[in-house]
Amino acid sequence: MSVTTSNAPHLKATQHVVSYPRFVWRSLLLATDGSPLFYTWMTVLTALALVGAHAWAVQVRDGMVTTGMTDHVSWGLYIANFTFMVGLAAGAVMMIIPAYLYRDHEMHDVTIVGELLAVAAIIMCLLFVTVDLGRPDRFWHMMPPVGRFNWPMSMLTWDVIVLNGYLALNLHICGYLLYMRFLGRRPNWWWYIPFVYLSIFWAISIHTVTAFLYSGLGGRPFWNTGLLVPRFLASAFVSGPSFIILSLLLIRYFTRFAISDGPIRTLLKIIRVAIVANLLMLVAEVFTEFYTGGAHAASAQYLFFGRYGQTALVPWIWTAIGFTIIATAIFLWPTILQRKLLLCVACVLAFVGLWIEKGMGLIIPGFIPSTLHEIVEYVPTRLEWQVTVGVWAFGLMVFTVALKIAIPIFTGQVNIDMHPPSTDHAHTATAADPQADGQAQPGTARSAPARPRTSADAGRSEP
Amino acid sequence: MSESRNISLPVLGQVSRRTALKGLGATLGLAAFAKAMAPLTEWAADLSLDEFLQKHYTELGPDELKRVLARLEQETRQQYGADVTITDHRPEPGVQFGYALNLTVCIGCRRCAEACHIENNHDRATNNSYIRVLEMNKGSLDLDHANPHYDHAVPHPDKFYMPVQCHQCDNPPCVHVCPVEATWKESDGIVVVDYNWCIGCRYCEAACPYHARRFNWTKPQIPANEINPDQSYLSNRIRPQGVVEKCTYCLHRVREGRLPACLEACPTGARVFGNMLDPDSEIRWVLDNKRVFVLKEDLGTQPRFFYFFS
Repeated sequence: MSVTTSNAPHLKATQHVVSYPRFVWRSLLLATDGSPLFYTWMTVLTALALVGAHAWAVQVRDGMVTTGMTDHVSWGLYIANFTFMVGLAAGAVMMIIPAYLYRDHEMHDVTIVGELLAVAAIIMCLLFVTVDLGRPDRFWHMMPPVGRFNWPMSMLTWDVIVLNGYLALNLHICGYLLYMRFLGRRPNWWWYIPFVYLSIFWAISIHTVTAFLYSGLGGRPFWNTGLLVPRFLASAFVSGPSFIILSLLLIRYFTRFAISDGPIRTLLKIIRVAIVANLLMLVAEVFTEFYTGGAHAASAQYLFFGRYGQTALVPWIWTAIGFTIIATAIFLWPTILQRKLLLCVACVLAFVGLWIEKGMGLIIPGFIPSTLHEIVEYVPTRLEWQVTVGVWAFGLMVFTVALKIAIPIFTGQVNIDMHPPSTDHAHTATAADPQADGQAQPGTARSAPARPRTSADAGRSEP
Repeated sequence: MSESRNISLPVLGQVSRRTALKGLGATLGLAAFAKAMAPLTEWAADLSLDEFLQKHYTELGPDELKRVLARLEQETRQQYGADVTITDHRPEPGVQFGYALNLTVCIGCRRCAEACHIENNHDRATNNSYIRVLEMNKGSLDLDHANPHYDHAVPHPDKFYMPVQCHQCDNPPCVHVCPVEATWKESDGIVVVDYNWCIGCRYCEAACPYHARRFNWTKPQIPANEINPDQSYLSNRIRPQGVVEKCTYCLHRVREGRLPACLEACPTGARVFGNMLDPDSEIRWVLDNKRVFVLKEDLGTQPRFFYFFS
């Protein structure tokens, strides 16, 4: 995916005042223009996000009594999703490590997909925490100097720092690289490589700190285990790469972004190791709980088999285990890389399985039985599902728009030398456009492609 | 797509149909967003700017505090129709409060829980209380066999009863985890919450090993004639929706030299409260002469709530 950099103009600092707004403007055009499929997809997501926003507004007005949470199970679907999304964001690092530490050039070319996924996932994390607040109007209480930030004592403050830091890092890396591509310039090593290396460390830290949120609580034996951190990381290195493989295959199908099998093969290798490690740790945890028995095993017993006739989580966890085992078997199949459809099935199964395991299978049973050993079950209400789907829809919108902007710029189809589109913007966005080739309709004057081709276009193979 | 393109629609100046449609879409989207968020404006109607901008309790100057208390009294009048007095009770130097409970004497009548409900202006519908009385099997302190929902004449001959409330730990996990310092331990040992600073994340509820904290899942409802008008900022004033609350050993009473409501309500004298630094106090006598224990000592929370058998 090499863009011509030889004849690149060398801009002085003052010229950025002109070129950066053009970059932003062109990004805005790319983000809002596309095929009917794109508009349909975005409209559906917008509708779902609006339903979620309304449900959240009702929750704020009427109180969290509208959720299924209680004083016994005081965190529910929101924090479960938050925990999972941190993993998804951290999982993106599994593209950066091969690309930057092992000099995998094929991976290097598509790493931006993982970084943009991290941005979308972190935004979803922050939204899931926000919708879980009883008093979102008081968010400023956390911001020093006007607020009070209980750092370093509270693990939640660490989480705020690492999540926002990771968001900023990825925004900077993606934004800088895209802007340089837009200008047709070679990125300055100092402006992004140190941040990339920092982001590797940082990705590990976001999931470590998130595990510390739970594992540091002595009153919750189900979470109070040192194994929580490695388990979180192992599952993140399955869910993240699974989602990225699905994304890469979809991008390859829908756009002209040439993605080889190389990155997918590397991600598959990572998944194979991580999913087995995750299963192994699950087995170790289950053995320790059940062989020892006693009150310490109460949550595990409730989760896997039910306790005193209460069994709300049993179907969830066995679904998760079933999905994960089937996914493991498929991932380990030697010729899986040639069978893309089956690979997609495995990715979906692993993704859903881990979503359950991290959420309904980890956050909820931490509260059941309660600290006074009462069993109060938790079932999310319809409002909670609406809010959750809304946040997911918004996250997918962010991811779609990010890719929609990034891919044409990254493949050199859009750059600063291009003439700005006049009244017809339809063809500036062909790269992320499912109907890209079909749009050049002969006989309609308005649809003549006005897109200058770069050398990158010429040398690229069509999917 | 191609078919629709061939239909020529009126073009306004330089604005193409596509741009016009985009503008329409954006307008519709914004309108739908405003409509979706409308419940927030209904909710915000009850909020004042003063409340939004209020500083942390420990940063309020004397005049600011006075204004805050007056505003809270006025809000109670408006929203609940009750005239109340909200005071700010500060800890006394040389006082360290401790609480002990005689499990041999407790009969499980739950009058302490009821007194707490009334004294602390709890929500009526949920029958909330800071005290949970557990019915335990004789010969076992295993909470797994405890039953908080017993519904028969007490005391049952095969059982004993263990009320649990906030233990005002000296190493309080709830205080450590709070991201905004909305809860802290006062110099007399009582762990308090600034209900106007809490953001409602409920991390403290997850951290507490004693199920001592409660969240206001909705706006508490109490008939005006049932409201206890003798209120304090850090304890029994009516809590706002969406914040966490907890037992404060009735600090509005004990800091005035009175006893907690749960103790006064106890018909058997199972409860002993006082200043542990006072050598003549009853609590000191119990701690010196009885073999007291604390719940979940292994967690290192160092409670100030002791149990003993006599």
